[in-house]
Amino acid sequence: MLQPHIPSGTVTDASRLVRVLKLELRGITKRFGSLLANDHIDVVVEPGQIHCLLGENGAGKSTLMNVLYGLYEPTEGEILVNDKPVSFRGPGDAMAAGIGMVHQHFMLVPVFTVAENVALGAESTKAGGFLNLEDTRRKIKEISDRYGFDVDPDALVEDLPVGVQQRVEIIKALVRDAKVLILDEPTAVLTPQETDELLDIMRQLKSNGTSIVFISHKLREVKAVSDTITVIRRGKVVGSANPGDSTTALASMMVGRAVNLTLDKAPAKPLEKTFKVKDLTVIAPNGHHTVDGISFDIARGEILAVAGVQGNGQTELTEAILGLQERVHGSILLDDVELVGRSVKDVLNSGVGFVPEDRSVDGLIGTFSIAENLVLDRYDQPPFAKGISMSPAKVLENAKSRIDEFDVRTPSGLLAAGTLSGGNQQKVVMARELSRPLRLFIASQPTRGVDVGSIEFLHKRIVAERDQGTPVMIISTELDEVMELADRIAVLYKGKLVGIVPAGTGRDVLGLMMAGIPQEDAASDHAVKTDRAAKTEHAANTDQAVQPDQTFKTDAAAAEGRATSSPEGGEHA
Amino acid sequence: MPDEDRPKHVDQHAKPHEKSVAAEETAAVAAVDTAGGAISPSAVPATAQSGKLPGGPDTLLRKIFTGSGVVSVLAVLLALILGGLLIAATDERVATTSGYLFARPTDFLSAVWNAATRSYIALFQGSVFNPRGSGLAVQFAPLMETLTIATPLITAGLGVALAFRAGLFNIGAQGQIIMAGILAAWVGFALHLPLGLHLLLVLVAGIVGGALWGGLVGLLKARTGAHEVILTIMFNYIALYFLRYLLNTPAFQRPGESNPISPILDPTAVYPQIFGSQYRLHLGFILAIAATVLVWWLLNRSTVGFEFRAVGANPKAALTAGINVSRSTILVMAIAGALAGMSGVAQVAGTEKVLTDGVAATYGFDAITVALLGRSTPWGTFAAGLLFGAFRAGAVQMQIQTGTPIDIVLVVQSLIVLFIAAPPLVRAIFGLNPRRKKPAAAGKSQQAATTGGAA
Repeated sequence: MLQPHIPSGTVTDASRLVRVLKLELRGITKRFGSLLANDHIDVVVEPGQIHCLLGENGAGKSTLMNVLYGLYEPTEGEILVNDKPVSFRGPGDAMAAGIGMVHQHFMLVPVFTVAENVALGAESTKAGGFLNLEDTRRKIKEISDRYGFDVDPDALVEDLPVGVQQRVEIIKALVRDAKVLILDEPTAVLTPQETDELLDIMRQLKSNGTSIVFISHKLREVKAVSDTITVIRRGKVVGSANPGDSTTALASMMVGRAVNLTLDKAPAKPLEKTFKVKDLTVIAPNGHHTVDGISFDIARGEILAVAGVQGNGQTELTEAILGLQERVHGSILLDDVELVGRSVKDVLNSGVGFVPEDRSVDGLIGTFSIAENLVLDRYDQPPFAKGISMSPAKVLENAKSRIDEFDVRTPSGLLAAGTLSGGNQQKVVMARELSRPLRLFIASQPTRGVDVGSIEFLHKRIVAERDQGTPVMIISTELDEVMELADRIAVLYKGKLVGIVPAGTGRDVLGLMMAGIPQEDAASDHAVKTDRAAKTEHAANTDQAVQPDQTFKTDAAAAEGRATSSPEGGEHA
Repeated sequence: MPDEDRPKHVDQHAKPHEKSVAAEETAAVAAVDTAGGAISPSAVPATAQSGKLPGGPDTLLRKIFTGSGVVSVLAVLLALILGGLLIAATDERVATTSGYLFARPTDFLSAVWNAATRSYIALFQGSVFNPRGSGLAVQFAPLMETLTIATPLITAGLGVALAFRAGLFNIGAQGQIIMAGILAAWVGFALHLPLGLHLLLVLVAGIVGGALWGGLVGLLKARTGAHEVILTIMFNYIALYFLRYLLNTPAFQRPGESNPISPILDPTAVYPQIFGSQYRLHLGFILAIAATVLVWWLLNRSTVGFEFRAVGANPKAALTAGINVSRSTILVMAIAGALAGMSGVAQVAGTEKVLTDGVAATYGFDAITVALLGRSTPWGTFAAGLLFGAFRAGAVQMQIQTGTPIDIVLVVQSLIVLFIAAPPLVRAIFGLNPRRKKPAAAGKSQQAATTGGAA
């Protein structure tokens, strides 16, 4: 692939070195006791590049970035800024050297305004110690205008959507003159549309000379935006890749073995409809209808995927089925038995397998052993218990076979479940729920925070459960996952069912439906290209280049812009 | 970076690094405990739960010394050392010798050593073994006294520990002991039944009394969401003043007596003394051992205990797994009350043989400390109960022999809890932070130092 930035990065002119920054990690090793999180990692981030660190969860990407950001001291190795070794003793040092970081979980004070948040830690004061926010406000406006951020400096952070909050984090870094921006899994919390907007912003920042270290395991985004890809596996750099490489090749490199990304899924053979939801309404304690008059049914041997942006009633819907919600109206029939008003235990015992969306909070007890977590909903049933007497031997025996069957990577079933990686935790939850005869299987966000290798495995298990003739309901905010698994797709918006569409429905139409536009309108809207549709389409056609005639025209930036604009067009060609 | 910091940085390069390892480990334990901050931490340390934490210390020796239970032992040791210094500070000879500290420092140091050791030797002689006694029977009398005092501490401590495991902060052992004492005592002096049956009924009455008093708290918590700490504190007051009221009514007051004291319990209603009438040690201690075994079984081998532990460690996951959290709350408080009730029975039917308003002494509150020191595990609580029994029994002897105030023992007890609450502090003081690494190679630290100021 093209490497257009090397010339500009190697310019030795002192005045340019102030503007741009070359970052090098040399032989970084970070040990936590016996665990080797980073093993002699070498990474060079050239100026004005989007450098992607690709790796599974737990591969050591975040550790490496925390070393770079001064949060951890490396056991070995050194960091070089513009070929000079430096040592960061805290984020303050890193910031002073021009490195900014946007964490996966934002570090913002919700009740402060944007300006206050940006000023925090570097407040300028007027005479008498009064806070001078004017300066900060002006800078925010400036940056916001330059990149089209559309951020109001006086808005309260808690009122802003997640995507805008993320921009505030980016502004925070830019105000402090960050030349290298580290984005740690930035798209995990975003809707598909917001993700595309973020990728645009990244391209703009790049053409303005800011380098970006982009940490991700989502291949589509990585391919869309990166200049260079460094793949990390088990704490080691396993090689570099080109954005042009195939998704399968990237995934295989990341996981260390051949990965089949396209799910081998036979067409559904739906049998009789055994799960029926009619006019289901869930009322929150504040009187709000979180689920509003939903009706749908699922046949045996069919996967219904529920799509929607997070917080549109998905959680409440699953909780209502499980019996966790207090005020539920309507009817939920499983095999013609009413589930509304039954206890959780009754619902589970009637054959419902449930994978909650937040496994560490609702699905597992972190301090309990893996073995005990594997019987969390069956501890009182034979063979694990006779009367009230439990058999630890049987519990452990069960754990051994489940750990083998689901390939949970752990030395022992006696280990605390909280010490497992996200993917392995999810496997434990799945193993528990799928290891008994089911009449209905509900999985909420079945692969959130799970690495590619595990996703493949978990998806296969879900499809296998369908093929056994179980009705399956998947709730996911990841459109890719929905499209991958679904036989039919139901879209939720503000607690209402926007529609149920067949599996082949396009990403753009689904994206619009997730914004509340009914299918028919979505399809036609798409044709006439409304504002939103244009953005959605942008996701589909990522080959659209960033306009080279952006409004930033400072001298150095313009030069940078020229350097980047030419390859930009060809990057995705 | 200021210049004067640099040489320091060279010398102690390894030090901040070690600290950060300890901090990271603490953070890792906290992450497991709270699911990365998503749920509130449990009162029970993560290391006392069923799941093992990996990456433990590498050598056997280190394993023994950094094991979670050892923190309790070290906390006791540390508290004893600080207590010793306190004793020395109040000692007259230490005060005199400090006057010429610089002339003859050895005098001062030996005075400090003597004051502390004399007191602790007295404490030991008063609680375990008195070599000056005439004959074995007298020599072991202190140990018997220790076990007697430990009995109510152990059972009440088990009650508090069990509630901890279910995520409930049970402050109510005091009230539960009192209610059990009232019922047990009444059955003991008001009813006149044959041998065996009478004692059994006393025991059952006490256990039921405690269970009801505790279970009521559980019921209110489960049904109304009232906080158990407030409930149990108030229930303690209610129980105490109810007892004082009763002791002034004809039904409870000893005939011909104006003091608030009940009739003596029937001989058929009291615990038999295990080693004969020369010691106060009674059947209650055997029952305390049985209760410890029972609680261990309940927690680790029964479905009920599994529910308790699940609710305590992560109530949301327990709810999602179909566990009835309300039922667990009521049940665990009832069982905790029943265990505290056994302490009440041990007091009225074993040690005191009458009912006064001091029936519970401060056992109900000390039980909280005992449960904490025992890390909410049954055998840990048992051991902690024995230790506190020894402190109590020995404190008297210590005051008689050396004039050291009994209060010093209470200070030591409080210090123990203080250190228990901060395990990293204890580990740091004893230099036992696990997974400590060798300092980085000299060349590296040199390099870090020379480049340290670059940023």
